[in-house]
Amino acid sequence: MGDLPASASVVVIGAGVTGLSAGWWLAQSGIDVVVIDKGIVGWEASGRNGGGCSHYQSPLFAEEQRLWPQMDELLGYPTEYVRERIIIQRDHALLDHYLAVGRMCTAMGYRVDPLDSAHAQALVPLTDESCLGGIHLRFGGHANPQRTVQAYAWALQDLGGRVLQHTPALAIETAGGRAAAVQTPRGRIACDALVVAAGPQAGLLLAPLGIDFPVTAARAEMIVTEPAPQMPIGGVDGNGLYGRQTLRGNLVFGGGPHEWIATTATGPAARPTSPLVRSLARRVAEMFPRAAHLNVIRSWAGIVENTPDGRPILDRCENITMATMSGVGFGLSPASGHAVRDLVVDGACSFAEISKLGLARFAGLAPDWREQRGWQA
Amino acid sequence: MRDRHALDGKIAPAEAHYGTVVVGAGDAGIAAALAAAGAGDTVLLVDENPVPGGLIGSDVPQFFGGRMTAAVQNAGRMVEQVFASNPALAAAFGAGIDVRLGTAAWGLYANGPALQAMPHAQLGLADTTRAWMVGFDRLVLATGARDLVLGFAGWDAPGVMGAQGLHALLVRYDALASRRVLILGSGGLACETALLAQARGLDVAGLVEVMDTVQAPAELARRVAAAGIPAYLGHSIAATRSGIDGIAAAILRSPAGADVAIACDTICLALGAIPATELLEAAGIAAGGAITLAGDAAGPAPDLAYVAAWSQALGRLAPADTIVCQCEAVSRADVLDVRPPHYLARPPALAARTLATLAGDGPAHPDQIKRLTRAGMGACQGRRCRTQVACLLAEAQGVPIEQVPVATLRAPVRPVPLHLLADWQETAAMAEGWDVWFGIPTQWTPYADIGTPREAEIVANGGNMHV
Repeated sequence: MGDLPASASVVVIGAGVTGLSAGWWLAQSGIDVVVIDKGIVGWEASGRNGGGCSHYQSPLFAEEQRLWPQMDELLGYPTEYVRERIIIQRDHALLDHYLAVGRMCTAMGYRVDPLDSAHAQALVPLTDESCLGGIHLRFGGHANPQRTVQAYAWALQDLGGRVLQHTPALAIETAGGRAAAVQTPRGRIACDALVVAAGPQAGLLLAPLGIDFPVTAARAEMIVTEPAPQMPIGGVDGNGLYGRQTLRGNLVFGGGPHEWIATTATGPAARPTSPLVRSLARRVAEMFPRAAHLNVIRSWAGIVENTPDGRPILDRCENITMATMSGVGFGLSPASGHAVRDLVVDGACSFAEISKLGLARFAGLAPDWREQRGWQA
Repeated sequence: MRDRHALDGKIAPAEAHYGTVVVGAGDAGIAAALAAAGAGDTVLLVDENPVPGGLIGSDVPQFFGGRMTAAVQNAGRMVEQVFASNPALAAAFGAGIDVRLGTAAWGLYANGPALQAMPHAQLGLADTTRAWMVGFDRLVLATGARDLVLGFAGWDAPGVMGAQGLHALLVRYDALASRRVLILGSGGLACETALLAQARGLDVAGLVEVMDTVQAPAELARRVAAAGIPAYLGHSIAATRSGIDGIAAAILRSPAGADVAIACDTICLALGAIPATELLEAAGIAAGGAITLAGDAAGPAPDLAYVAAWSQALGRLAPADTIVCQCEAVSRADVLDVRPPHYLARPPALAARTLATLAGDGPAHPDQIKRLTRAGMGACQGRRCRTQVACLLAEAQGVPIEQVPVATLRAPVRPVPLHLLADWQETAAMAEGWDVWFGIPTQWTPYADIGTPREAEIVANGGNMHV
């Protein structure tokens, strides 16, 4: 494990995918950056998710789309990125809904082709005539979260940045209203600027500074089957599920109810799954009848944070830049790190207007916003 | 206010509830079941045997090593054989215990810090026709022990198996397709396996021990010697010879460096066994309170210093392309260099990364090896490679194996087909509250529409817009 430096130009708290990408972007700008994490890189939901890269709603999306096809080359490590996605449905109302979503995306300039049942079956050989149709997104894609988080960490090291695992941030030291250092059990790291990308823990770290960073954590579950024959497009969602077929062939799918959990400074002691895995198995078997015989060989849960409106927070207060992508950070990561880099270095995002993602929108947020939404453990 | 997309209230109560549920119908499990029944409890006793032939072929739950006869494919015959080999089962039936054979326990769910949605603790079961959940006041896990596996050149050929696998095929199933077996190890497990095999008519080619002395207690060692079974002390396996039927010979390396060929069709790893506590590990909970371990599942961990000595001795002779993970075809070199699977490129930056550099950023976790190399990500659920990966990590980091975390186990701890695991009777609340992702409608509003009249229209379109 690397020695604890006495200081760094920028300290990033949180080696999730957003913090790692931010560190990588800062290192690309030649900035002396240290990313610290309570555990191992990408150990929470950044490394345990559906791998989707298709967030049409985000102001960062155009940059995300520009970057993903280049990421293997830019990082120097494989991410398993594959372009395009398909959403199939076996329920008329859901199919109509997604056809409407497709028309909305097309109107935004992201092409979506409607699929009738025959076309859908041709593109998704594991389904059958129970599939009524779907949409083919000629944008977006998917990648391997576990491989990608390690790729970011290694790439930022290759540029001279440092990643300190097993080094939790205990507190942020301030001087004159600015972040001056981060305290860890191994000592303190002084910094000129700070990035807080600590996921569910971000709120706890920022509260002593008088910054209300409204996030709350939940546990979401996925299941994995043994490999199936490779489909032409692995990024297939539908029937209430999100996920992908990996390049190895495994079907990896999640969806359905989540569980709100209490957040502690040290993070979750365990990330159990529940019998929800049986409802996931049912939906995968329904979506892919020709794969229903495949064994489920594991399941997992990831802990994600959500903001009150489910939208990202990307903001800077003095020399502290704060970032959460509210539960959909993986796909946005190439662009979110760029935005964080811009906020740290230039004070403003260079490639997108992101003012509506600031903390100011929560000025009137009721203190009991979690209770109002039923978002409590 | 309730979040209608949250999990609470959506998981059904178990379809049956028992005072005591016992998993595993070995001696300890049957004793626990009989004791509970004798005390007037309602008792369910499940045992995964006979394991379906397909799983036996996948080395689940033991390392069967492909040395089973076609008899394992005959389900009716296998049930008869399980009864014939375990007379105490009759007593369990006689005591009014609900005995279910061929029924695997694949998941244990109880409320804890990050799971509060369980209406009560439940055990997930599956046979070859369906999966279901049972509730319990007391749960006894008499799940036995599983094989401890280390690899060497050629160990992925049919005929290399574990002592638990050999015992199951020989005694429980009477379906072992071996004639001449060489046993690795000389401790109690190895000596007892040798004597059992010989008593059942197998030719025992000998014991191989990397240490300089027989590890078993003196009396047991004396019995093995008296049986004419040679012990190759200070020897390790340098290579194997295989033909169309798998293993044909083991090439041992003597302390003097000479190679000795031992003809055999089976090489049995008998270096120790691991208490089969997968259900607890996957649930992230410890035994205690309502849940107890019994029999070999409550037994001691294997002698890890001994395992490490074997791993190092085998590793010194193993070529770089020696397989570690059979499911995903991951070799020693793949693990030591954290190489990606064959379908991915290995660019120069990645080629400069190794297990040692990973450990330098560490301490490294076996789950990192899983995600980078895929070792342990296959259909056997890591049973055959977990110990090997832990040993390699310990060696790369220069630490005792005890200090290496255990690769994570996850439910289902037995492979269960999608259509069987599926809950076809899920609660109405589950279906009604289902959303692809959290069901927060404002999450999916296109950014340009935020704060415009179109926003309300899009939010009204519902939360199920995750693409």
